[in-house]
Amino acid sequence: MTDIAVVQPAIKPGEQPDSEPRGYWRTVGDRLLHDRVTLGVAAVLLVIISLAAFAPWAATHDPLQGSVIRRLKPVGTPGYFLGTDETGRDIWSRLVYGGRLSLVCGITPVLLATMIGGMLGLLAGVGGRLLNTLIMRVVDVFYAFPSVLLAIAICGVIGAGIGNTILSLTVVFIAPIVRVTESLTTQIKTRDFVEAARASAAPLFAIIRHQILPSVLGGILVYATSLVSISIILSAGLSFLGLGVTPPNPEWGLMLNALRQSIFVNPIVAALPGVAIVITSLCFNLLSDGLRSAMDIKLQT
Amino acid sequence: MARFIAFRLCHTVLILFGVSVVAFGLIHLIPGNPLDILLPPEAPKTVVDQLRAEFGFDKPLYLQYLAWLGRVLTGNLGTSVFTGLHVTHELLSALGNTLVLAVPAAVLGFTLGTTFGTIAAFSHGRPLDKVCSVIAILGLSMPHYWLGIALVIVFAVLWNVLPAAGMGGTGGVPTSWEEIQYMILPVATLSMIPMGVIGRMVRSTVLEILSHEFPTALRAKGLRSRRVVFHVLKNAAPPALAVMGLQLGYLLGGSILVETVFNWPGSGQFMNLAIFRRDIPVLQGTVLVLASFFVLINLLVDLLQALIDPRMRR
Repeated sequence: MTDIAVVQPAIKPGEQPDSEPRGYWRTVGDRLLHDRVTLGVAAVLLVIISLAAFAPWAATHDPLQGSVIRRLKPVGTPGYFLGTDETGRDIWSRLVYGGRLSLVCGITPVLLATMIGGMLGLLAGVGGRLLNTLIMRVVDVFYAFPSVLLAIAICGVIGAGIGNTILSLTVVFIAPIVRVTESLTTQIKTRDFVEAARASAAPLFAIIRHQILPSVLGGILVYATSLVSISIILSAGLSFLGLGVTPPNPEWGLMLNALRQSIFVNPIVAALPGVAIVITSLCFNLLSDGLRSAMDIKLQT
Repeated sequence: MARFIAFRLCHTVLILFGVSVVAFGLIHLIPGNPLDILLPPEAPKTVVDQLRAEFGFDKPLYLQYLAWLGRVLTGNLGTSVFTGLHVTHELLSALGNTLVLAVPAAVLGFTLGTTFGTIAAFSHGRPLDKVCSVIAILGLSMPHYWLGIALVIVFAVLWNVLPAAGMGGTGGVPTSWEEIQYMILPVATLSMIPMGVIGRMVRSTVLEILSHEFPTALRAKGLRSRRVVFHVLKNAAPPALAVMGLQLGYLLGGSILVETVFNWPGSGQFMNLAIFRRDIPVLQGTVLVLASFFVLINLLVDLLQALIDPRMRR
C-alpha cells in the first residue's frame, strides 16, 4: 500500500516529509491566498452568512411586525434606513432574516444533490457497462428538462413550502452533477496511477477512496459552487411565483414579488431584495471561478 | 455520417420516451386521485365516479399512460379540466407568443455573448478583458425576473418611455412599432443569461484555441489579424453551438418567470396558470411539449456539430 501513497501524495499532505514536493491542496491554498478577488468574495459571503445567522442581533426591527402608519417608506427614513414594505415592515430586518431562508433553500439542494449525484456518478464511472448505461440513461432523461421547467413543475405538483423547494431543486441538480462526476471518473479511471493501484490488488473501494475520489473531488466542488448561484436564483424564483417559501416568512424572492405591486410608489425599495440575490449569486459564481483557477480545473459542462 | 444520424435518432426517441414517462408520472407524485384536489370534498360520490371515468382516472396507471401516449402521438393533448378547451390548440398559440420573445432574445444574447467573449479572449489580461468578463458574469448572476422588474422601474416608471407589461396586440408576431415596443424589455431581460453563458464559454474556448500553434502560424504567414480571428472563431464554433442549443431550450422552458413579470401570454404563463388551477392535462401537456422541444433542439445541434466538425461523428 505504500506505493499508492507515493503515487498520489495529495491524499495525506500532513504526513509528507518537508523535503517532499508540496501537496496539491497546499498549492491550491497558496494560490487562493494570493487571489485578491476570491478572498474579497469570500469575505463578502462571510458577512452575508453571518448577518443571516445572527439575524436577531443584526435586525433593527421585528421582520413580521408591520404598521399601517409607516407603509412604503422610502430609503433613508430615520429608523428604517432601507424603507418599509407594503404592510409597514422594516426592509433591512426582513432582508437579514430573509437571508436565512434564501441561503438555506439555495445551498441545501446543492449539498444534497452533490452527495447523491456524486455517489451515483462514481458508481456509473467505476461500475460496469450495464450499471453505467442504467444510471446515465435515466440521468439523460432528467437532463432533457430545462432546469427551471423541472423545478417549477415538481414544485407546482407537490405544493409550496421550504421542504418541497429543497426537494424539487435537489432532483433538478442531481442529473448535471452525475454527468460531471461520471465524466471526471471515466477520465481518471484509465490513468496510470489507478492502473497501478489495481495491479497491486487494491480492493475497489480502496481505489475509489484513495485514487479516484481525491482526483475528482476538486472538479465536483468547483461545479457545485457554481450551482449554488443558480440554486439561489431558482429557489428565490420559485418563491417569487408563489411556489416556494410561503408568506409571511421573509424570503428574498417572496419579498420581491410582494414589493412588485409598489414599484410605482417606491421603485428603489422594490428593487432591494433583488440586489441581495444578485450580490449573493455573483459571489458564489466568482468563488467558483477562483476555485477553478486555483485548482487548475477544466470542466466541460 | 448516416450511422451517426441513425444512432442519434434512436437515442432521441429513447429520451423522448423517458421524458413522456416523467411528464406523465409527475402528477402522481402526490398520493391520491388527481381529481380530489380539484373537486370540493362535499361532491357527491356519483359525480366523482363519473368524472373519474370521463378522464380515465379509474384505470390502472400504466393503462392511463398508454392511452395518454396514444393520444399525444396523434397530436391530441386532451382537454383542460378547468376551461374544457383543447390543450393542443391553446398551447400552440401560447408557444408562439413565447417564441416571439425567445428567438430575438437568443439572437441578441448569442451575438452579444460571442462579441464580448471574443473581445475578452483577444485582449486577454488587459482592462478590456476584465470589463467584458464582468459583464458576462453579471449576466449569469442576475435573476432575470429581478432584472425585468428593474428594467420596468427604469424605463416604464422613472422614464416612462416603454410599456411596463402585456403584449399590446392580439398575440403572434408583432406587426407594428406599437407592438414591438412591448417586446423590448422582455427580450432584453431574457437575453442576459445566454449573453453571460455564451460570453464566458466563447472566451475560454478562444483562449484555449489561441494557445495552439496554428494561430501563430497564420500570423507568421502574414495573414491579417481579421482573418486570424475568423479562423479561430471557426474552431470555437462547435462547442459554442452546443451551448447555444442548450440556452435556446432554457429560454423556451425557463421563460415562465419573465413572462410572469411582464404578464406575457406565453407558454410559461400558460403553465403557471395550470399549476394554480391544478389543471393536470394542461400541466402534463406543457411540460411534455417544452421538454420535447429542448430534446429536439439538442438533436439538431448535435447533427449541426457533426456537420461542421467531422471528429464529432464518433
